[in-house]
Amino acid sequence: MTEIVEDRVTPVDAPGATVLEARDLRVWYATDRGPVRAVDGVTFELHEGEILGLVGESGCGKSTLGRGLIGLLPEGSARDGELRFRGKDMLKLKPREQHAMRGRDLGMIFQEPLTRLNPLMRISEHFSETLKTHDKSISKAEIERRSLEVLRVMGIPPTRFHAYPHEFSGGMRQRLMIALTLVLRPPFVVADEPTTALDVLVEAQIIRILHDLRANYRTALLLITHNLGIIAEACDRVAVMYAGEIVEIGDAREVFSRPKHPYTRELLRATISLRTTGLNYIDGAPPDLVEPPPGCHFHPRCPDAMKVCATRHPVLRQHDGGSTAQCWAADLADGLADDLTETERTPLPREEIAVADEA
Amino acid sequence: MSSGSGSLSRYIAIRILLVVPMMWVLLTLVFFLLRVAPGDPVSAAFGGKLSEEALDVRRHNLGIDRPLIVQYLEYLGQVARFDFGKTISDNRPVLDLVRDNGGATLTLTIGAFVFAVIVGIPLGRLAGRYRDSWGDIFIRLFGVLTYAAPIFWVGIMLVLLVVKLFPGWPTSGIASPITVFTVQPKTHVLLLDAIFSGDGTAISDVLKHHVLPCFTLGLLLSGVIIRLVRVNVIQAMKGDYVEAARARGIAERHVVRRHAFRNALVAVVTVIGLQVAATLAGAILTERTFNWPGLGTQLVKYILARDYIAVQGLVTFFALIVVLTSVFIDVINGLIDPRVRY
Repeated sequence: MTEIVEDRVTPVDAPGATVLEARDLRVWYATDRGPVRAVDGVTFELHEGEILGLVGESGCGKSTLGRGLIGLLPEGSARDGELRFRGKDMLKLKPREQHAMRGRDLGMIFQEPLTRLNPLMRISEHFSETLKTHDKSISKAEIERRSLEVLRVMGIPPTRFHAYPHEFSGGMRQRLMIALTLVLRPPFVVADEPTTALDVLVEAQIIRILHDLRANYRTALLLITHNLGIIAEACDRVAVMYAGEIVEIGDAREVFSRPKHPYTRELLRATISLRTTGLNYIDGAPPDLVEPPPGCHFHPRCPDAMKVCATRHPVLRQHDGGSTAQCWAADLADGLADDLTETERTPLPREEIAVADEA
Repeated sequence: MSSGSGSLSRYIAIRILLVVPMMWVLLTLVFFLLRVAPGDPVSAAFGGKLSEEALDVRRHNLGIDRPLIVQYLEYLGQVARFDFGKTISDNRPVLDLVRDNGGATLTLTIGAFVFAVIVGIPLGRLAGRYRDSWGDIFIRLFGVLTYAAPIFWVGIMLVLLVVKLFPGWPTSGIASPITVFTVQPKTHVLLLDAIFSGDGTAISDVLKHHVLPCFTLGLLLSGVIIRLVRVNVIQAMKGDYVEAARARGIAERHVVRRHAFRNALVAVVTVIGLQVAATLAGAILTERTFNWPGLGTQLVKYILARDYIAVQGLVTFFALIVVLTSVFIDVINGLIDPRVRY
C-alpha cells in the first residue's frame, strides 16, 4: 500500500486539524472457519468539523470499521495497522487507556435508539453517570447545567430530564442518545446508521442535527449509512466500502457525479427515487470475507472486469477531480494504468465470472 | 411526574383485588381433588374395625354423605366468613393449627430463602460475568447438583455427616425440650419468643436447630437462583444499553452493576417469587426429615387420616401464602421496573 496518494480535498467549511487518521487498519473476527477479515486495510483521515459518509451494502464491514475506530469490538476480534487520534496511535495504548478515551474522545451513536438506554434508569441518571465517569469531581449543578444545555440543542424540554426512557418516542430517544454522546464533547463521533430505525420525518430532523454538529461543536463525524440520499445531504466526503476495503473515497459531490469505481457507479444506479422506472441491482452477493476472491474483491460481480482484475489487487490512485479509487478499469479509463500489459487489459471472459461467482 | 405514586398504588390495588378470584379457584380445586381421591376420614380411622353400617352412621353424622355440591357451597360459605372449620380426626380448629405450627414453617422457609439468596445471587452473578471460566463451570456444577439432589437424601446425609463431625450439634426438632418448656409463648413463632424472652441460651439453642434444616432447604433453592441469575446476567450483558454504556467509557464494573445486573434482577425477582411454591413443597420434605414441628408435618399427618377439613384448610393456607407472595413480587417489580406501572 505504498502508492497511496494523500487525499487533500478541502472540506466545504473551513478545514480543521486532523482528528483521526487510519493507516492500513485491519479488523479480524475469529470464527470456526478461520479469521474473518471484516476490515481489510483501510486508510483515511478525518478533520475537525468534517462529516465523512461511509456507504456500502450489508456485510461489507461498515459497522465493524465504525466500532473498530472506537475499540468497541466483541471478544475474539483483533485490530492491526495504525489508528491515530490527534497524532497518538490508539492501537499502542493499554486497554485501560483505550477505555478511558471512549466517550470523552470517541463517541458513538447507534442504530436502534429504542434499546440503547437502560430502561431502569432515568435520563438524568444516564447523564450524571456519563459525566461523572469522565470527571469525578463534577458538581450536581454542573451536571444539570451541561445536560440541560445539550438537551435544549436536541429539542428535549428540561421538564423531561427526570423521565424514564420508555416515556419517549423513537425519534426523541435517538436525540437523547445523541445528547448523551455530545454532552462529553468528543472531537470524534461515529454514527452507525442513526436513522435506519426511524421514519422519514424524524430521519430528516436527526440528519439536520448531525449536520449542525459541525457548526455547534466542531465534531468530526463518521456517518455510516446505506442511504445515499443522506450522504448527499449531510456529508462533505464519502467513502465507499466493499468487502472490507474502501474502494473509493472523495468529495461527496465529485464521487456522486463522477464515480470512478464500477461498484460506486452500480450502487448509485441501484438507488431508488421517484424518477426510477426499473429496479437496478448488482448481480451476485458480497464475497466471503474468510477467503475473499484473489485480485480485486469486486471482480466476480464487476461489469468492467479485465483479466488483471482476477489476478492482481488494484492500488488506490488519485484521479482527476480529486477522488481516490482502487480499480484497474478506472485507472485505464483515466490513463493511469501504464503498468498493465495488453493481455491484462482484455475483458475477463464470462465463464470465468460464473466460476468465480460459484466459488 | 407521569411515573407518580398514583399509578403505583392503583397497580397494587388491582393486584390485591385479584387475590379473591385466585383463591376461589384454588379452594374449588382443593375441595374436589380431595373428594375424588379414594378413601374418606371415616374409613381411614375405623376401616376394618367397625361394620359397614356403623361407618355409614359416622359418615352421616359428619355430613360427608350429602351431595358434593351442597358440601362445597356450605364450605365456601364458611370460608367467606373466615371460618375454616375443625379437624375431623382430632377436633381442633384449623386456624389454631395454622397459628401453632405456622411459625416453625415460617422461620424455616425464611431462613432457607435468606441463605439461598445470599449464596445464589453473588455466585450466579460471578458465573454470568465470567462466563465459561473455571469458576463458572464449578458454580454451574454446584447449581445443578444442589437442584437435582433429592432434598430428603441431602438432609439425611447432612445429619450423618454432622453427627460424625460435631456430635453435640442438634439434628432434630426446632429446639431442645427445655427451651420449648421455658420460653413464654407470645407470638407463636418460637424464634421470636426466644428473642423476646432475652434468654441467650434459648436464642442460641433455637438458632442452632435452624441451621441444618434451613441449609438443606436453602441449598435446593440456591441451585435455582444461581442458574437463573447467571442466565439473566449473560442475557443482560448482551443488551444494547450495555454496549452503549461501554461506548460512553463507563467502567466495566459499573456497566455490570448498574446496567446488566439491575436489569437481570427484574426477571430474577419474578422467578424467585414463583419458587416460593417449590420451597413450601420442599419444606414439607425438610420438616419430615428433621422432625420439624411445622405445617408440613401436620399436613402429612392429616392427609394420612383423610381429614378433609384439615387438609383443605392447610392447603388453602399454603396457597394463600403463594398467592400473596406473587402479589408482593408484582409490587416489588413495579418498584424496580418503571415500565411495569400501568
